[in-house]
Amino acid sequence: MKTVFAAALALAATLALSACGKDEGKQANQPTAPAADNGVPNPLRVATEGAYPPYNMLDSGGNLVGFEVDMMKEVCRRIQVECRITAQAWDGMIPALQAGRFDAIVAGMSITEERKQAVSFTQGYASTPAYLVSAKSNPLQAEQYGLEKVNLDEVDATEQAAIDKVRAQLKGKTVGVQTATIHANFADKYLADVVDLRRYDTQENLVLDLQTGRVEVGLADAVAWEPFLDRPEGQQYGFFGPGFDGGLFGAGMGVAIAKGQDKLLDALNGAIASMKQDGTLKTMAEQWFGFDTSLK
Amino acid sequence: MDFDLIARSLPQLLSGAGLTLQLVGLSLVIGLALALLVALGRLSTLKPVAALTGAYVFLFRSTPLLVQIFLIYYGLGQFAAVRESFLWPLLREPYWCAVIALALNTAAYTGEIIRGGIRSVPFGQVEAARALGMGGALLYRRIILPQAFRQALPAYGNEVIQMVQATSLASTITLMELTGVARAIASRTFQPVEVFVIAGAIYLALNFVVTQAVRLGERRLGREAAR
Repeated sequence: MKTVFAAALALAATLALSACGKDEGKQANQPTAPAADNGVPNPLRVATEGAYPPYNMLDSGGNLVGFEVDMMKEVCRRIQVECRITAQAWDGMIPALQAGRFDAIVAGMSITEERKQAVSFTQGYASTPAYLVSAKSNPLQAEQYGLEKVNLDEVDATEQAAIDKVRAQLKGKTVGVQTATIHANFADKYLADVVDLRRYDTQENLVLDLQTGRVEVGLADAVAWEPFLDRPEGQQYGFFGPGFDGGLFGAGMGVAIAKGQDKLLDALNGAIASMKQDGTLKTMAEQWFGFDTSLK
Repeated sequence: MDFDLIARSLPQLLSGAGLTLQLVGLSLVIGLALALLVALGRLSTLKPVAALTGAYVFLFRSTPLLVQIFLIYYGLGQFAAVRESFLWPLLREPYWCAVIALALNTAAYTGEIIRGGIRSVPFGQVEAARALGMGGALLYRRIILPQAFRQALPAYGNEVIQMVQATSLASTITLMELTGVARAIASRTFQPVEVFVIAGAIYLALNFVVTQAVRLGERRLGREAAR
């Protein structure tokens, strides 16, 4: 173990020296490696899921691609570290981050109060509402729910009426969510007592069971539904009811890092802010989602 | 250690353990019945029967149980013919898919265990029984199977213990058995250590009971043999 550590130090020092070299000796008399220099680990080990298109997914060659992968590469470029993005199982990500297995999570993770107890978040980089999906032939689709969107921050009378209507319509039906998501939390709080709730390990498996009819209704992020609804087999499925955001859906999606890493947090926040400002984030969102999802 | 969390999650974990027990019990009963047929099939002098059961054993022992569960649950559901068949009310339920997968899997292993037990009965005894005019079912019931089961019991106890653990894979098809519940709690509280320590302890307790039961069975069968 010690030799590995020593080797890593030596490597870091070599990298530091070569980096200094490029700056024509400007920092040549600075003894510390870049890791200590700006508090940002280099390489930055980033965990994503690789199964949540178009945020992050695997292409046919097995490479990680998606909005968040592009975004994170750009973030790393701006804070001048090397990004090592790997795919990890969704429901073990936060414990693995806490255990120091990697430095950051960029996996469509919404900023919620619960998660903030365990990790630190950067500012939000994207926000999309949650939607219910069912077969288009399902009578649920024809119902009127009164509202296009329900913001759970402060629920007024008409919004409560819409929630009650959704609850009444879903009574006794099987509803699928991805486990450990804000959508599962929403279902736990607002639907669990009236529906048969099924928890899937990935969004893909939820979609599979929606197609077999094992679950009648699925709940997920609007953007996470798009790849399925765009496919030929998804043509018979569609959104219904109001979209949900705010409240326990949190303040958009942020990069999660371990607590106490203030320098890394500042660096990531700075990079995300600059990408919002110069329109890079907007361009990326339009490329992957077809519309601007970035938080202002 | 967060003892408050442990106390709060224990009732949920125990209800998950209830489902675990159901899955183990049902699949072992179905699996044992199938295994007996598999063992007899493997020993059959009819070539097609022996070949067919041999292929079944090879298939289920040579592929991971996780893959079998996944194929039975997600795979079969992909075919419209399956969804329209009389089997769909059964196959659409994750519970029955898990039972089917676990039963088919254990039947392959247990079948081999029983076959080994049957083969261990000295041929002289079979010859002697035949000489006394005993044949067919009576020969199996009186001479071969009692000895075969006694021979197979330790290995079968092993298989039961493995089955208790194998049920944890049912959480991958939305079943909230012990591991499923533990994963859900861990992902809500971000405290996997406490939750999985308790889940592990429950598995340990279950398997302690299994081990003791097998030991008791071995002792009793041993006494009978000594008599």
